[in-house]
Amino acid sequence: MSHVPDAVIIGAGVVGAACAYYASRAGLDVAVIDRGPVAGGTTGAGEGNLLVSDKEAGPELDLALLSIRLWRELADVLPPETEYEPKGGLVVAPDETALTALRAFAEAQRQAGVEAYEADADRLRDLEPRLAPGLAGGFHYPQDAQIQPAMAAAHLLRASGADVRPGEEVTGVLTDRQGAVRGVRTTRGDLHAPAVVNATGTWGGRIAELAGVHLPVLPRRGFVLVTEPLPPGLVRHKVYAADYIADVANGSAALQSSAVVEGTPAGPVLIGATRERVGFDRTLSTAALRRLAAQATALFPVLGGVRAIRAYHGFRPYLPDHLPAIGPDPRVPGLHHACGHEGAGIGLAPATGLLAAAALCGGRPALDVRPFRPDRFPEQKGPAA
Amino acid sequence: MTADLAVVGAGPAGLAAAVTAAGRGLDVTLLDAAERPGGQIHRHPARGPVPRPVRRLTRRLRGVTHLPAHHVWTVVRDGDTWLLHCVAGPDEAPATVRARAVLLATGAYERQLPFPGWTLPGVVGAGGAQAMLKGGLALPGRRVVVAGSGPLLLAVATTLAAAGARVPALVEAADYTAYARRLPALVRNPGKLAQGALHGGSLLRHTTRLLTRHAVTAAHGTRRVEAVTVARLDADWRPVPGTGRRVPCDVLAVGHGLVPQLELATGLGCATRRTPDGTPAVAVDGRQRTSVPGIWAAGETCGVGGAELARTEGEIAALCVAGDASAALARRRARLRAFADAMAAAHRPRPGWTDWLDDATEVCRCEEVTAGRVRHAVAELGALDARTVKLLTRAGMGWCQGRVCGQAVARLAGEDPAPDRRPLSCPVPLSQLAHLPEAGPEAGPAPEAPAPEAPGAE
Repeated sequence: MSHVPDAVIIGAGVVGAACAYYASRAGLDVAVIDRGPVAGGTTGAGEGNLLVSDKEAGPELDLALLSIRLWRELADVLPPETEYEPKGGLVVAPDETALTALRAFAEAQRQAGVEAYEADADRLRDLEPRLAPGLAGGFHYPQDAQIQPAMAAAHLLRASGADVRPGEEVTGVLTDRQGAVRGVRTTRGDLHAPAVVNATGTWGGRIAELAGVHLPVLPRRGFVLVTEPLPPGLVRHKVYAADYIADVANGSAALQSSAVVEGTPAGPVLIGATRERVGFDRTLSTAALRRLAAQATALFPVLGGVRAIRAYHGFRPYLPDHLPAIGPDPRVPGLHHACGHEGAGIGLAPATGLLAAAALCGGRPALDVRPFRPDRFPEQKGPAA
Repeated sequence: MTADLAVVGAGPAGLAAAVTAAGRGLDVTLLDAAERPGGQIHRHPARGPVPRPVRRLTRRLRGVTHLPAHHVWTVVRDGDTWLLHCVAGPDEAPATVRARAVLLATGAYERQLPFPGWTLPGVVGAGGAQAMLKGGLALPGRRVVVAGSGPLLLAVATTLAAAGARVPALVEAADYTAYARRLPALVRNPGKLAQGALHGGSLLRHTTRLLTRHAVTAAHGTRRVEAVTVARLDADWRPVPGTGRRVPCDVLAVGHGLVPQLELATGLGCATRRTPDGTPAVAVDGRQRTSVPGIWAAGETCGVGGAELARTEGEIAALCVAGDASAALARRRARLRAFADAMAAAHRPRPGWTDWLDDATEVCRCEEVTAGRVRHAVAELGALDARTVKLLTRAGMGWCQGRVCGQAVARLAGEDPAPDRRPLSCPVPLSQLAHLPEAGPEAGPAPEAPAPEAPGAE
């Protein structure tokens, strides 16, 4: 155990993998620790959406735009099994009201650098011949893309050359007398390093707590439906209904609905996902399945006769303001965070990794990181709820 | 309408439970995926004669609402009752049954361990071969090698021989002398001993070679199976080098025992236990109650143990639901369960069987994933369990949802198989999901009240 890496990254999901990849590329020697296997948490339950279309103009969209560029570069480096597909997104509006709202939304996105093209009903049909008739219109987002998330994580880790240690749980964060990080304690011993990156997704709050700081990451459940394999070309883009956008930024847990429908190279169509705040509840919600199926068949009536062969769920890690925590934690020198990406972790991983690597090296970040400051949430006072 | 008891599965356990509960005056609904009652063990063709044990029980099914061809895809809590959502009949029509108590008697399916050539036509499951025979398959003069592990092999070989097939070899990976160490359990089961002797006797008359501690490690042929390699195994089931020899055959019937069908139980959050043969089964108490109040389980779902044990457990469960108990049944259950455990321990697959596989052997047939790709995912990509192997190779993502390859993939990933989790226990048309009845607030065994949801994309 004489070897001391420059940084220990906790979490072998896609965000941890991207941190490892960009840190290694910056010349750092890193170790990646995970209590489970590679991609064993939210990454393994993700659909692999690389989206700009669903993000309103602002810091998260800037992160997404940077990520989309980086994913395109990574697609040349990673093997074809990662199934990178720049298929584009199609956001449809069922009626004129939704279309008007979508137009304003897209205009703001365009000013931030998003490619968005309005599609009238005829154009919608060209783009997606199986769409339901009678839709008012929509927007085509050619930058939206797709990747197989578990494969992406595994191959990013592999390409990073990092010392990957799955099946090893971090039980403590080691600090020196000044309170600075000097490594982690794990179920297999101590691992010393001058920097620790918390890339543990839904468990981000727990690791922060081990380091003595407050980071209120909470789980938000999502169900995904998977159909039997279908012929290619049935669904060509990532297609979803416009009311979804109001949803992502929506702090309330009110019932609103729209499923993203998309084909996969292996044949099945994915329909997902719901957003529910039910803690880490793993029981099946038939209400969630009903909603997904109703939304999908409303968009693509042809799917009504298709069978779902699987349903699965995952837990998205979210922070109260729906932005991730990225970068050094001023409260504990040497502690960095890269977590809390909610449902966008796959998409936002490369930009997060790039920013984390810059912070580890003391380099200039590629964009303004202040909105992602990990200490932006006030400590909770008084008795614990 | 709300039934007092919904029984899922019309095999020996489910039938016995339904009859017993109805006899106690309960309003019982019996649901089964098959067209006709009896389960796998008493599977019979639609126009053929009904096996006697089934006839005996079905005659007493009067008063039971029997819903054949109803595949229950999930069970969810709804207030004080349970909703069983089904795909019904050839049209896959939706159906929902409401009940105060649920008994899961979902049985078991055959365990397959892959080997080079196992996907050749002519290689069939041992249980499948028996079902084909019951379906009237004609085999006179054909050479059928029976291989794998477990008590079913003897029965299959005997049935095949009786049907006129030639069985050149019965290849059993375990060592029957392992039973000897469990003799007390056997001595208390004189019936089981007699049955074993009977099978052995009829096979001897048909000049079958019984090879224990051997396995079929490869099947050969171009368009269909023509021969198999039979090799001796060491204690860990690794083939002993230099012992392989070729046995010509027309059919290979191969199976490694049965594994409990668990997805409805795990979907409900029922606790599981690991049986002596290494597979998970539903954990129940002495009265067949699962860890989830209101849910009972009986039969192979609770650990494979044969029809007699299944019937006994079905009766115990039904009596418990009716608020009754029987000491005699409890004693019989204990005796039969001890025997089942002894058998399970003897036939537990040893880890060395993965040495039968070369890297080109297909492990997942649905998605055509080879052993080499699974090994690569484990050794190079950081997959520590079957779930991650699935994510990194697609093994288990196809039509069978890992029912065929799950056990093998888990072993290749270096773990014992985890309890199956399949929220949909069978394919469900999207139109049916979209029109699910709006139930009351769904209170599953949730740690907190479910909040309304707002769906969206990843």
